[in-house]
Amino acid sequence: MALRKDGWLWALGLLSFVGILVAGYLALVWAPPAEGFVGEAELAQRIFYFHVPAAWTGFLAFFVTFVASVAYLWKGGRKWDILAASSAEIGLVFTTMVVVTGPIWAKPTWGVWWTWSDPKLVTAAILWLIYFGYMMLRRMVEDDARRARFAAVLGIIGFADVPIVFGAARWWGQSVAHPIVVSGGGFDVAPRMLTVLMFSLAVFTLMYIVILTLRVRAEHLADAVESLKTRE
Amino acid sequence: MIQVRGLTKAFGPKKVLRGIDLDVAPGEFLTLVGPNGAGKTTFLRILATLSRATGGDALIGGVSIADHPVQVRRNIGLVSHRTLLYDDLTAVENLQFYGRMYDVPKLDARIDEVLRQVDLYFRRHEPVRTYSRGMQQRLSIARAILHDPQVMLMDEPYTGLDVQATAMLRTVLQGLAASGRTVIMTTHDLELGLEVADRVAILSGGTIGFQAPAKGLSIHDFRRIYAEQVAG
Amino acid sequence: MNFLRKVGAVAWKDLRAEWRTREVFSAMFVFALLIIIIFNFALELRAENARVLVPGILWVAFTFSGMLGLNRSFIQEKDRGSLEGLLLCPVDRSAIYLGKMLANSALMALVAVFILPVSFVLFNLSFGALPMIVVVTALGTVGFAGVGTLFSAMAVNTRAREVMLPLLLFPVAVPLIIAAVKLTAGIMDGLPVAELARWWQLLIGFDAIFFTLSFMTFDYVIEE
Repeated sequence: MALRKDGWLWALGLLSFVGILVAGYLALVWAPPAEGFVGEAELAQRIFYFHVPAAWTGFLAFFVTFVASVAYLWKGGRKWDILAASSAEIGLVFTTMVVVTGPIWAKPTWGVWWTWSDPKLVTAAILWLIYFGYMMLRRMVEDDARRARFAAVLGIIGFADVPIVFGAARWWGQSVAHPIVVSGGGFDVAPRMLTVLMFSLAVFTLMYIVILTLRVRAEHLADAVESLKTRE
Repeated sequence: MIQVRGLTKAFGPKKVLRGIDLDVAPGEFLTLVGPNGAGKTTFLRILATLSRATGGDALIGGVSIADHPVQVRRNIGLVSHRTLLYDDLTAVENLQFYGRMYDVPKLDARIDEVLRQVDLYFRRHEPVRTYSRGMQQRLSIARAILHDPQVMLMDEPYTGLDVQATAMLRTVLQGLAASGRTVIMTTHDLELGLEVADRVAILSGGTIGFQAPAKGLSIHDFRRIYAEQVAG
Repeated sequence: MNFLRKVGAVAWKDLRAEWRTREVFSAMFVFALLIIIIFNFALELRAENARVLVPGILWVAFTFSGMLGLNRSFIQEKDRGSLEGLLLCPVDRSAIYLGKMLANSALMALVAVFILPVSFVLFNLSFGALPMIVVVTALGTVGFAGVGTLFSAMAVNTRAREVMLPLLLFPVAVPLIIAAVKLTAGIMDGLPVAELARWWQLLIGFDAIFFTLSFMTFDYVIEE
């Protein structure tokens, strides 16, 4: 019964799982080699098909947290808090992917693991810190209602910081004379490469939606269990 | 003066107050007793607008605590076992600060007046940290009556007081009752509570299980009823 | 008008109490001094590299010592129970925010007032740049204390308290620190105003955005 009721979720879950496998094949085999990249760099460049979708999904997740936080402060209701927390958690995972894949791409391409003059990478790192603080804050507050309010405030402030951090990091990157001149970061994207990227973006987004649904549902179930336990 | 209707408070799944109905007439002194954890403090904090009720409402002087908390606060003086004072400020500075916050007219004269009432005038320019516990509690009463509120809420005002300070406080309480203010006081000292009150009420298990006029109620009967109520 | 009087009363009682003991200020000032001394040895500051390194060191000193003050701001209120007295007052919560924020900014600014000339002397910098750097410091301080006061009110209600504030505040304050350091360095180097315009925008923009957000959300942080 549960299976039939959740049929669509199972289907989406399966779809995103298969989608990831297909995306892996497309990115590593089907996509043409990027021009001007050779050897290790050519292989590493293919991380781009996961790096960019992970960044997009992380950003989307934090945006959902922001919207849910505003909704919570405005209207109240535990469901908004659960949505905000679940989305932030998933966003943190994807952002971790971004800051891990970034250096793997950067090393063979630019010759360094990390560059402070790439604003996107720096922003991702700062975002990771902000939302790590968000998760810490949630763990450190005992009272449910208070935790929800604090988290909502940070969910708003943190997201408002994103464009400012990005702007600051970009200007900063332009203004410092970095010892390693970053070049070869961008490349012309062939039509087939764009197809793969778009496919990967779609799959990542789908995966985010599936995980978010499961996560939110798990929280609601935990609530139900808790209220059964305390019922006299 | 105070009308409480169906007031509930839950911390997550834990219900502390399960629907409190209570009326206190103008000028009446109500003593509220109950075991630890029965919700006495929570109840007073909600009336003082320090904490929001989960359900129900209360009118203080005809004003809803849920809808117009700022207006209600003008009418309330709270004394708790914490002094709500600034240790590094003198008595006069403490009262000056609170007087400004409450827009007390002719503040300096009023400060002298209340300081004489609680017998602290001679030490008014010393920092509060040099005061004894009893003196601090007296000053905290001066703070609570500074803006001449119609309603006094007293949460275990006797906690931590020595014999002399207790006697002093009793005089102050009788003065409050005589001045026509409406008072709700919580205590776990049944005898003391019965002595100063017009009416007594027992809060246990999140509801008010018993209330009666203090006159004609002997301390033995009160003890017996209290034991029955608390036993459930 | 009445609102501003309440704001003033809150700021006044914080500063009055601090003036009596000078405990927090002393701690902040000495901590800032320690930071400068430690960096001096850790980075081997010399006349040639001082101009490059000092702006960053100054802002580490200002923000880290500011963190001490921000932490104390609500911990004192909470531990002595006076926070309840504050919340009982018939005023808008935003007046409490503004008052506390002004007191915190004033304390941070006061530390800077002492640290700036000391470090200019220590590192042999030209005093001509000082007035503009004071302006940067004022703006940076207000921005840092602006979000900091909000987060401090949150941190005091968590289990970790002191630990929580830097974890929340520093990531959010990164753009502010970048702008403040860039401006301080630019002014020391005597860069033309036009070249620094974007950093001024960033600093003032940060102040405005986060002050507004903190002002609006403080209610939810302090309410129970």
